[in-house]
Amino acid sequence: MIGLEHYLIVSALLFSLGMMGVILRRNLIVIYMGLELMLNAANLALVAFSRFNNSMDGQVMVFFVITVAAAEVAVGLALIVALYRKRQSTEVADLTTLKL
Amino acid sequence: MEALLFYLFASLTLICGLLVVANPLTRNPVTSAMFLVLTIVSMAGLFVLLHAFFLAAVQVMVYAGAVIVLFLFVIMLLDIKSVEQKGFNPLSLFMGLLGLLAVGGMVIQSILRSNVGQGLKPQLEGATKELGVELFTHYVLAFEIMGVLLLVGMMGVILLSKKDLK
Repeated sequence: MIGLEHYLIVSALLFSLGMMGVILRRNLIVIYMGLELMLNAANLALVAFSRFNNSMDGQVMVFFVITVAAAEVAVGLALIVALYRKRQSTEVADLTTLKL
Repeated sequence: MEALLFYLFASLTLICGLLVVANPLTRNPVTSAMFLVLTIVSMAGLFVLLHAFFLAAVQVMVYAGAVIVLFLFVIMLLDIKSVEQKGFNPLSLFMGLLGLLAVGGMVIQSILRSNVGQGLKPQLEGATKELGVELFTHYVLAFEIMGVLLLVGMMGVILLSKKDLK
């Protein structure tokens, strides 16, 4: 019998994997993928809570999170492209100053 | 049967998630994006097991269809040749593993100790109709704001993509 805690543990593990990616990787694009993993982990927890508490609110929240994630990725990748035009690099080690 | 499918999709999600962030064979961002697709699709399988059929479809369409394609567009557009082939910085490897263990261990410990799922039965049938009704009655203001957010995001992207960014 698969209970709520099984889904929550998968969600927690996926969230920490995403966080490890953000800390470990030096490429901005892969760091963004780590952020996506973290958002997805939160989505999984919300859907699981929604199913086990008999309430639709969690699923509506996931719908909004997916929308915000799509907008966030579009803006973030546009920022990365703009940065790349200035610096010819997407490594975080090369982007240490605030001045363009 | 359901337990078998759960373990299949959960292990697939976690293994592909690990290969997104720390693939031992290659540091290529395209590989990471492809494993992110696999992660998203197996997570859609978990959504189906949770009877959230509409969200599973949205997950595949929006993430695997739109977001990953955007990632791949940018990776190909920037044409990053000098992919970091050297191993990870030992300090960041240490900190990453520490963060993984700390956050994962802390959250899993608290889940196991709090008995959060005790006595709860899976009961919600996530019918698309109910989701739509909820979305357009109770959450209609948030829905409209989401539309404005997408418009603002689109304008921001167009502005940022201009050649002569001031």
